[in-house]
Amino acid sequence: MDFLKRIFGGGNEGTRDKARDRLKIVLIHDRTDISPQLLDSLRDEIVNVLTKYMDIDTKKIEIDLDHDEHEVALVANIPVLRIKRGNVDVNAV
Amino acid sequence: MAARVIVTTSGKGGVGKTTSTANIAAALARFGKKVVAVDADVGLRNLDVIMGLENRVVYNFIDVIEKVCKLNQAIVKDKRVPGLYLLPAAQTRTKDAVNPEQMIALCEELKQEFDFVLLDCPAGIEGGFKNAAAGADEALVVTTPEIPSVRDADRIIGMLESMGKSPIRLIINRLRPNMVQDGDMLAKDDILDVLSIDLIGVVPEDENVIRSTNSGEPMTISLESPAAQAYLNIAERLLGRDVPLMDLESYATRGFISKIKKFFGGKRKR
Repeated sequence: MDFLKRIFGGGNEGTRDKARDRLKIVLIHDRTDISPQLLDSLRDEIVNVLTKYMDIDTKKIEIDLDHDEHEVALVANIPVLRIKRGNVDVNAV
Repeated sequence: MAARVIVTTSGKGGVGKTTSTANIAAALARFGKKVVAVDADVGLRNLDVIMGLENRVVYNFIDVIEKVCKLNQAIVKDKRVPGLYLLPAAQTRTKDAVNPEQMIALCEELKQEFDFVLLDCPAGIEGGFKNAAAGADEALVVTTPEIPSVRDADRIIGMLESMGKSPIRLIINRLRPNMVQDGDMLAKDDILDVLSIDLIGVVPEDENVIRSTNSGEPMTISLESPAAQAYLNIAERLLGRDVPLMDLESYATRGFISKIKKFFGGKRKR
């Protein structure tokens, strides 16, 4: 079929594949679009959880969504000062 | 059976929300249901024109909400199909004339009278959409096989999900089977892959849509055409019947043959 297409279709590639690829990439980015407020609130909650287990350098925290063309990752760089040992109640809320 | 309130929406304008609402409403009425199509596009009403009932509009649903008239005074009965009714929008007001609570109350009232309440939603994601969606339990999302339209559908689906609408089902409108075959249009499965919601029907591109809009008669009332058949199938699926998807490729071929016929035999009369 492809063979015949190439003969009769003059090697003209359809635009459907292009549309499909572009659509997928657009949706990846749309779906992971995050407002600064939401990112701030995510950051605060992560810090709250982490500080139960360790002292962290809250001034140097970097949390962001890293977009490349095909995927989006949540990238966090959180400097740890020391792990809290012994006195952590894991069940504490 | 409890009444069902279904919003037809899309995000992007011009993809066929109003045409879909009118044709599904007429089809459901033909299947013996009592149906009201509500034009929720305040300020830019068009459902009355698509249904061919524009000359019979006296009051609108804003009048009902503001208690200028009773509900049954505002509802227009379609004399061509028993069980088909229209509740028009106000043309000279804006979307701020109504709020979600009032829409919910209006839908509750309509539920007492009808089997189906179909809400024709305005384009966009602002107040007009939120009003229309507020009253609905279920949603039909209309998209065409083009990137901008599918993208907006994805956004709308996310919003409908967070509003707790269920089921949310997809109508793919204006598909051209021959362009898909030639590899020049997104296919049904390309769209379903990325949107991941259930499909309720595929409506092929069909010149009869324009004819039906011109004459003010929804296709599902009388015309026999591919799009009319697709809308009748969607209505049946809404009724829970298991109707297989149309073989659109045969329509592509039929379109081609009828083009040849046209070429040799001149115009078909309608």
